Amino acid sequence: MIPQQPNVRVRILGIQWTRVCREMKPPPFKYIAAGSIEDATSALADNGGDAKVLAGGQSLVPMLNFRLLAPAVLVDINRVPGLDVVEENADGLAVGALARHHQLQTSPPVGARYPVLAAAIGHVGHLAIRNRGTIGGSLAHADPAAELPLIARLLDAEIVVIGAAGPRIIAARDFFLGAHTTALEADEIITRIDLPALPPGTGWGFEEVTRRAGDFALVAVAATVSMADGQVTQARIALAGVGESPARASAAESVLSGQALEDDAIDAASQSARDAVRPSTDLHASADYRRHLVGVLTGRVLNAAWRRTVREAS
Amino acid sequence: MTEQHAIEMVVNGVTYARKVEARLLLVDFLRDTLGLTGTHIGCEHGVCGACTVIVNGASARSCLCFAVQADGAVIETVEGLGSVDDLDPVQQAFRVHHALQCGFCTPGMLMTTIDLLRKCPSATDDDIRNGLSGNLCRCTGYDNIVRAVRAMAGERRE
Repeated sequence: MIPQQPNVRVRILGIQWTRVCREMKPPPFKYIAAGSIEDATSALADNGGDAKVLAGGQSLVPMLNFRLLAPAVLVDINRVPGLDVVEENADGLAVGALARHHQLQTSPPVGARYPVLAAAIGHVGHLAIRNRGTIGGSLAHADPAAELPLIARLLDAEIVVIGAAGPRIIAARDFFLGAHTTALEADEIITRIDLPALPPGTGWGFEEVTRRAGDFALVAVAATVSMADGQVTQARIALAGVGESPARASAAESVLSGQALEDDAIDAASQSARDAVRPSTDLHASADYRRHLVGVLTGRVLNAAWRRTVREAS
Repeated sequence: MTEQHAIEMVVNGVTYARKVEARLLLVDFLRDTLGLTGTHIGCEHGVCGACTVIVNGASARSCLCFAVQADGAVIETVEGLGSVDDLDPVQQAFRVHHALQCGFCTPGMLMTTIDLLRKCPSATDDDIRNGLSGNLCRCTGYDNIVRAVRAMAGERRE
């Protein structure tokens, strides 16, 4: 049923090439449809690091098609019941790892309590990608320029995981260890993402620059700002696309703390964020351009947060 | 011999039961196993949108889903829309507004449009451009596609 891969001989640029005609098809793997989290973690444990979790598949399957990965086993968690539940509670919002991007983007508690999350999801891939892609998958994939890891850092999400040794909670700041590298052990799986409640009246902003709609961001910046008596009580600024993992612009956050949120303070914070990053140059953008974007986008998200804070207060 | 998985799914109202290897992509299942070649394969890594079908009511890249995962699913493909003599309204809008030239991207465009208009029946131009941004067309320059979808959304607004 899988097409053959015949040898082809062609002449290109005056050179005779003989190659196996490789179609973009995934390598063989053993498929396990987990019926429960226990099924999934034991399948992962049984296969000693040579198994991958298949959730939405929107990053994993392209990597398989390109044969960048060839795991012996795929553990499909799409049929695990209850893993996509989104629940409000006293502490905030508990988001099941299997919640799809589109489901979250249009979820009433997300819209009401974490509009910055809904806004960020609007930038994830495209409609068909958002229909299938999951929050847990995005965090576990840990692309340096992805929106959901950025939001997890911004909102100080707590990532609930479970493995053979039992469950544990990993703070977002400890979860992302590098490009496509996380604190997850080979037998662990994300089950839930807890988002702590934001103070009432918290303003927010999200901006990113991409070459084409739906691409990974060259730079993405998100912020939340909470105010009391005209002064910033808490400012959070998170950046993606400028390092191996999403990061907080802590120096810029300190610049705003205790200040009135006005043009001067926003300019100072934007400059601080820009000066602190050490992005790299690649074929998509130069380091200087990325640094420039950090300054510009930080200014925009803080201005957006300011407007929203003022609106909430009035 | 690699392990075969028995699957069953409803495609355009017809139930199919087959045995498949786990790594068989849904798009290859539709095209090669079922012979439904209306769904096209472009990039095979989720960028071009040509293989977009509707899985359990939501558009999906059939190159980023394994056939075995679609066991029990209800699938809609371009073959489930109208026929040459009796076009679906979305196909008719594409025809009237000249929203295709070579037609390679059209099955994916149509299925995406259907999902977009189900989710957002009176889509604005921004909604339409955003909704179709994951489907590449190398012929039309997109304006006529947007016009066709706008006409559909406009009819629903009235």
